[in-house]
Amino acid sequence: MSQLYAEGTPIADERAPDGPIETRWDRRRFAARLVNPANKRRLTVIVVGTGLAGGSAAATLGELGYRVESFCYQDSPRRAHSIAAQGGINAAKNYRNDGDSVHRLFYDTVKGGDFRSRESNVHRLAQISTEIIDQCVAQGVPFAREYGGLLDTRSFGGAQVSRTFYARGQTGQQLLLGAYQALARQISAGTVRMHPRTEMLDLIVVDGRARGVVVRDLVTGEVTSHLADAVVLATGGYGNAFYLSTNAKGCNTSAIWRAHRRGALFANPCYTQIHPTCIPVSGEHQSKLTLMSESLRNDGRVWVPVLAGDDRPAGEIPDAERDYYLERMYPSFGNLVPRDIASRAAKHVCDEGRGVGPGGLGVYLDFADAIARLGRPAVEAKYGNLFEMYQRITGEDPYAVPMRIYPAVHYTMGGLWVDYDLRSTIPGLFVIGEANFSDHGANRLGASALMQGLADGYFLLPNTIGDYLVDGPFDAVDPAHQAVADVESEVRGRIKALLMVDGDRTVDSFHRELGQLMWEHCGMERTDAGLRKALAQIPALREEFWRRVKVPGEGAELNQSLEKAGRVADFLELAELMCLDALHRTESCGGHFRAESQTPDGEARRDDENFSYVAAWEHTGVGTPPVLHQEHLRFEHVTPSQRSYK
Amino acid sequence: MVRLWRSTVGKKAVMAVSGAGLLLYVIAHMLANLKIFFGARSLDGYGHWLRELAAPVFGYEGVVWIARAGLLACVLLHMTTAIQLARRARAARPIGYRHRRPVQGSYSARTMRWGGVLIALFVVYHVLDITAGVVNPNGVPGQDYRNVTASFGRWYVAVFYMLAVTALGFHIRHGMWSAFQSLGISTAKRRRALRAIALGVAVVITAGFLSVPIAVLTGVLT
Amino acid sequence: MRLTLRIWRQRGTSDAGELVTYPMDDVSPDMSFLEMLDVLNEELILRGEEPVAFDHDCREGICGMCGLMINGVAHGPERATTACQLHMRHFADGDTVTIEPWRARPFPVVRDLVVDRSAFDRIIESGGYISAPTGSAPDAHAVPVPKPDADTAFEAAACIGCGACVAACPNGSAMLFTAAKATHLGLLPQGQPERYSRAEAMVRTHDELGFGGCTNTGECTAVCPKGIPLDTIGRLNSDLLRGALRS
Ligand SMILES: Cc1cc2nc3c(=O)[nH]c(=O)nc-3n(C[C@H](O)[C@H](O)[C@H](O)COP(=O)(O)OP(=O)(O)OC[C@H]3O[C@@H](n4cnc5c(N)ncnc54)[C@H](O)[C@@H]3O)c2cc1C
Ligand code: SF4
Ligand code: FES
Repeated sequence: MSQLYAEGTPIADERAPDGPIETRWDRRRFAARLVNPANKRRLTVIVVGTGLAGGSAAATLGELGYRVESFCYQDSPRRAHSIAAQGGINAAKNYRNDGDSVHRLFYDTVKGGDFRSRESNVHRLAQISTEIIDQCVAQGVPFAREYGGLLDTRSFGGAQVSRTFYARGQTGQQLLLGAYQALARQISAGTVRMHPRTEMLDLIVVDGRARGVVVRDLVTGEVTSHLADAVVLATGGYGNAFYLSTNAKGCNTSAIWRAHRRGALFANPCYTQIHPTCIPVSGEHQSKLTLMSESLRNDGRVWVPVLAGDDRPAGEIPDAERDYYLERMYPSFGNLVPRDIASRAAKHVCDEGRGVGPGGLGVYLDFADAIARLGRPAVEAKYGNLFEMYQRITGEDPYAVPMRIYPAVHYTMGGLWVDYDLRSTIPGLFVIGEANFSDHGANRLGASALMQGLADGYFLLPNTIGDYLVDGPFDAVDPAHQAVADVESEVRGRIKALLMVDGDRTVDSFHRELGQLMWEHCGMERTDAGLRKALAQIPALREEFWRRVKVPGEGAELNQSLEKAGRVADFLELAELMCLDALHRTESCGGHFRAESQTPDGEARRDDENFSYVAAWEHTGVGTPPVLHQEHLRFEHVTPSQRSYK
Repeated sequence: MVRLWRSTVGKKAVMAVSGAGLLLYVIAHMLANLKIFFGARSLDGYGHWLRELAAPVFGYEGVVWIARAGLLACVLLHMTTAIQLARRARAARPIGYRHRRPVQGSYSARTMRWGGVLIALFVVYHVLDITAGVVNPNGVPGQDYRNVTASFGRWYVAVFYMLAVTALGFHIRHGMWSAFQSLGISTAKRRRALRAIALGVAVVITAGFLSVPIAVLTGVLT
Repeated sequence: MRLTLRIWRQRGTSDAGELVTYPMDDVSPDMSFLEMLDVLNEELILRGEEPVAFDHDCREGICGMCGLMINGVAHGPERATTACQLHMRHFADGDTVTIEPWRARPFPVVRDLVVDRSAFDRIIESGGYISAPTGSAPDAHAVPVPKPDADTAFEAAACIGCGACVAACPNGSAMLFTAAKATHLGLLPQGQPERYSRAEAMVRTHDELGFGGCTNTGECTAVCPKGIPLDTIGRLNSDLLRGALRS
């Protein structure tokens, strides 16, 4: 393996204070130097992305008095992908008096992440979680309430306490609109300048500091540079490397990948979360996958026929010939086992030829028992909107025939490496939200991404960025500066190159092929042989892409094929790093399951002795071996243990 | 107030209030019309009474003229806001759809504008006919009963009248509910009741007005 | 199944556009409407023609990015369904389907089926928020909110800002969108201090942007994929008039 990458020097998170974990964040905030209020007006911060992380950060930085330039590729900041989150947001409010606490949320998150995250970060996240709910309520987020007028909560994703706040099945939408409205307020106050339909294509680094971005106006096609004292990336996850995922179509890796190419380390790229309850693929034309809320598993029973190739309709298969495999394999957790376990189990039964529906890629999620037990009205009240959504997409009535579900790529725990202050390894480049790698380790708990995005944006970054900006304003960068001109002309060159290929295959055809390859070899179950195969095929596919892709139209106009082409080109580079990371990590942990590392009864086996570290990768060029920097993880407050759901 | 007048919501409120004024008048008018069924004396006497009303204070026909001024103001406000909003609407969609299919809008909602124009044209003719008597075959001031029957004796006038009155019914049905909405009186709970009231009022008014020409045409009134 | 598509093609905002006919031979009933357009675009690209530009992102009916006038109905024939969630099984073999962009002066066509809806952002920026700077919030349970109010506020807040209401309105009015926000915030105790000024500012901006006035035809709620009710507009009107009478 050694010729695939080089071992570099270890890195460490130097900004996290030591000592009692409960006061680390306080002490860090106190130690951070403050920017003189009068100076803030003279400091410009670029925030790329308007999701929960970027939207809340831009709004808060604007309130603090900084000059903010905000970017997103959609036509409005309100449409960032965070809008699609359904289930809810965790907070250690303990309003239920059911034993929750900051420490428990901290513990659950570290454990859920399979002991691959930092204690300091996670503890801080748990502390801040309560403030997020206060902030959102003050902004008018219409969380679900009880008859007494107080906030309702539910237990989510197998958590034993009820700490998830929600707004029907549209929690992400409501939280994002809250952040969007706060942002709108700052836009009208003139502190934030919004650039919608503008895509970041590269990062400008001058004298070792991140000083700006090169963007393309998606309407006119114009390529321009924006300069600032610091750059914040909040551009979301890269699940679309798999082509089919629950992410929005436009989600991409370009911003963080370009920053990675300019020197930011990329951490744990192989940590991907695969969600067990999505609507299965219906055909070749499939363009994205739709998530069905995890809450369905509270009442639905998962099963497949006992016999492979049994293609009778579900209703004609008698109970004795059904295999309720989760209940069979995990008697104590049953249908509520964590996401990764449920997903892998579904894959296994489908691999055995027992899958249902088109292509045999699906398992039943059956509500017949729940309907018999609770009555149809009760089931309707709980899940009515989800059932409707299912019917809209599949044309089948889930009250009459069991739902079919299959796992799909959902979230990426990996991302750019950041320290406690959310600084990447390029000075002046901060990374927040799903785009960074920080808090979820190898597996994210349900309802924790929204919490992290808002913690980063509302409360962490605005407090930590000052300690960097206090040394500014940095020397003004002349727009004609060589470093700026170089990046700009590289971007223009790449656009031109994409248009010039004029081959015979569409961008989507490459994206689909890459996705299949990744799903096959870097999906739910990864093997040494499979990953090596992928590592051989991806560069070939990339080479073919640059030889045969066909991008119609011109650069200086709205050109959606060109947008896609640029994103797919970056996925073709990132995919290789994801596979390499997966190959080098020969243990199983969280969402990363290596077939070679399992217990005799088929469960994931972690290897703390050799892999209790964050893998931070340094770019050395496309096709040349990257350098691995390890950040060792220390556990002082939680003792790593093996997860068991039997 | 100026700001309110400038806003589309303000204009709608003005339209609602002026419309309410006109509606009250229309109701009174309709009820008065029904006097025709009690004979010429009843109707002509009522006309006379109205002209004499409070004569010592306002003079002969004083109240009538005050009412006319009020009506005219309502008509002007109603039409001005209607025209302004219609022009806004046209400006808001300079290029129309090639293929358009209304999904919801009731017939009465869609015919507000042309219905309004038809009603306005009719009112002009009606005033010349019955009030001023200029185009009336009888045309004797004070002989309201004979003027009316003479006018409706011509079938095409009766048909025109009936058409206009039907348009008025449609106009009231949507207009009245719309006014509740524009003034913010309509809520989720009251919506159905208000819609029913609007429909009821529209039907009663239309029926009341229609009864007269029908009676003339069928020979019940001569 | 076979379909005949008639699609509005327009290069740029100031160019003239036209409906162009494209026969489609092999449409699967399981495709979504946008997946059907994807298939068309793949074909067009390989034939050396320009693909049809259309907006979309989440493809699950929540981001509000997609928006097409399908056979004269905003978001197509299925009620409470965005274009991205509309499936081809609702069309019949041999159908002709006309696809046009939203049409309103404040929504200029950018290209083909893509329009510029930033006017909606201007309306929100003018007052569609609660001024609660980060860090200033009291405990979330400090002010209870009656459940019915919270539920109604949520229903109004479910607006996805797609613009179908404007597209369908015979007056080109954005009153449903504006009223949804005014209702969401105006129903919550946190939104009271700015309630009347918010309504006034948003309606003023709405009018300045060139949207038409509402005449309560109800065409908007009929096509609204989130079923925002018409009485939100009544509520907005009432807030505006009350605000004007107060000052
Ligand atoms: C279907 C679904 C359901 C989910 N449900 C839950 C849940 O119930 N609970 C939970 O906690 N989490 C959930 N998640 C995860 C969670 O929604 C996301 O992790 C989180 O919202 C990410 O927020 P973000 O701000 O980091 O990024 P995003 O919301 O993805 O925002 C990215 C922003 O960056 C911009 N951007 C991206 N690239 C560029 C570029 N190159 N140039 C310019 N701008 C760019 C985009 O325009 C956008 O504004 C769910 C995710 C999915 C897919
Ligand atoms: S009110 Fe309905 S139709 Fe209008 S923008 Fe909102 S969701 Fe779309
Ligand atoms: S694409 Fe997001 S709502 Fe249709």
